[in-house]
Amino acid sequence: MLCDNCKEREAAVHLQQVKDNSVSSLHLCQQCAAEKGIEAGVGAAKFPLSDFLASMGKGPALPGAKDVSDQACEFCGATLKDFQDTGRLGCPRCYDVFETQLRDLLRRLHGSSHHVGEPYLSAEVGDADEKHAQISDLRNKLRQAIETENFELAAELRDRLRTLE
Amino acid sequence: MTFDLSLLKDGGISWLDASGPDSAVVLSTRVRLARNIQGYAFTVRTQEEDRTEILAQVLEATQQSNQLAEAMTFRLTELDHAERQLLHERHLVSKELAGLETGKSMRSDAAVITDGHVGVMVNEEDHIRLQVLRSGFSLTEAYSDLERLDADLGTRLSFAFHPEFGYLTSCPTNAGTGLRASVLIHLPGLVLTKEIAKVLQGLSQVGLTFRGLYGEGSEVVGNFFQLSNQTTLGKSEEELLDHLAKIVRQVVAYEREAREVLQRDAASVIADKVWRAYGLLRYARSLSFDETMNLLSGVRLGVGLNLVPNLSVYTLNKLLIFTQSAHLADADGQSLSERDYSIPRASYVRQQLEADEARSSS
Repeated sequence: MLCDNCKEREAAVHLQQVKDNSVSSLHLCQQCAAEKGIEAGVGAAKFPLSDFLASMGKGPALPGAKDVSDQACEFCGATLKDFQDTGRLGCPRCYDVFETQLRDLLRRLHGSSHHVGEPYLSAEVGDADEKHAQISDLRNKLRQAIETENFELAAELRDRLRTLE
Repeated sequence: MTFDLSLLKDGGISWLDASGPDSAVVLSTRVRLARNIQGYAFTVRTQEEDRTEILAQVLEATQQSNQLAEAMTFRLTELDHAERQLLHERHLVSKELAGLETGKSMRSDAAVITDGHVGVMVNEEDHIRLQVLRSGFSLTEAYSDLERLDADLGTRLSFAFHPEFGYLTSCPTNAGTGLRASVLIHLPGLVLTKEIAKVLQGLSQVGLTFRGLYGEGSEVVGNFFQLSNQTTLGKSEEELLDHLAKIVRQVVAYEREAREVLQRDAASVIADKVWRAYGLLRYARSLSFDETMNLLSGVRLGVGLNLVPNLSVYTLNKLLIFTQSAHLADADGQSLSERDYSIPRASYVRQQLEADEARSSS
């Protein structure tokens, strides 16, 4: 769907306005939405995706965080910039390549980044060695998270460890 | 037309038959799961060869599925504009997959395998979108059909799945369960009593969202609202469905209350509104689609309040679908053109209402 305003770029922000008991719709691209001040007015909670996309690459990088703005996914070649432009990721591998950014985004979008729904059986860890490796990897990450006082992450890693163990 | 949708199981419109729970208020229930096949880029970054391979894999898997034994396969690139629009009007394919979005071209190897009730869209925004449509308010039943299909296809295809993030999707708003459940609900009572704004605003506070008749980006017409879950991750499928069901039950209860208030405090005004709508639909010689939707909303309210005895909810549901342009063109045996369908539309509506009147008086 094209932006209602510029009619050029893909609409990424979909607004439904309820006024005097009638509903009107507006579909805007990132840029036009920003120009109309929609993000500022509505706040991050309501449009976490557009807010996140717009804020990417701005502001100081977190200490210790890798600069990934130029990094491309080795499988599909997509960069965070591509994601910013389209709102779509390139391939499943992108979730690993941009794991840190996506975990943050998924939390903002869904309130959690941890899937608790149906596990995909064919993808379940069947191999005991592999499970063992996962557990030790999680333990290492947990230790690091505690050391860096990232308690939110630590809590989540702890939960994941519990499910695995 | 190169195909005949009436050959689908139950004519492909069993979800319109008003047999489901609460069908006077809740028209239909739709649940979908987004899935992607391991080893390929997501659809927007795929090459033509990738999409051909993906479609071949999905077709092989669906041909072995019992649930899709009676399904028809539509390769959208082989269909003309009218045929694609017909499938979209029938809620069998998304606007995107049908290549009906302005300024967008058709994607090669876009396809849908469907029997009208259970369907698989291929090479949509995600490689696979599984969907189930059911009459009335039936989230549990719809999901149970869908879960079975997902489990079945999941053994034949290799889905992209992440231990932490769940099922991986092109847009992170669908990741995790990939589940979007929506209930198409008719809320004229809340609109007329001016309570609707409060109800809709409340939805976003409980993690739900609403859309128009055709899902994302579509306008609200005829007081029909699609309520659906906003988040897909961090909660199980059952939790997501239970939560939506709980809120829908509440909204249905509010709607019934609003209708009682209208009946009590404004009975003559409502009766007048309902019968005016009926009169226009029954006798008008030219009807635009929007006008038809609004009049049908009034008549539907009348049927819900037992004011209009000679009309079934099934007929009303059929009118919603069959008064759209591609359906009217198809019924006429003509190719869809830019021409105005107001006159054939009015004629079709008259025939249907007349038939119901005749049935009930015989």
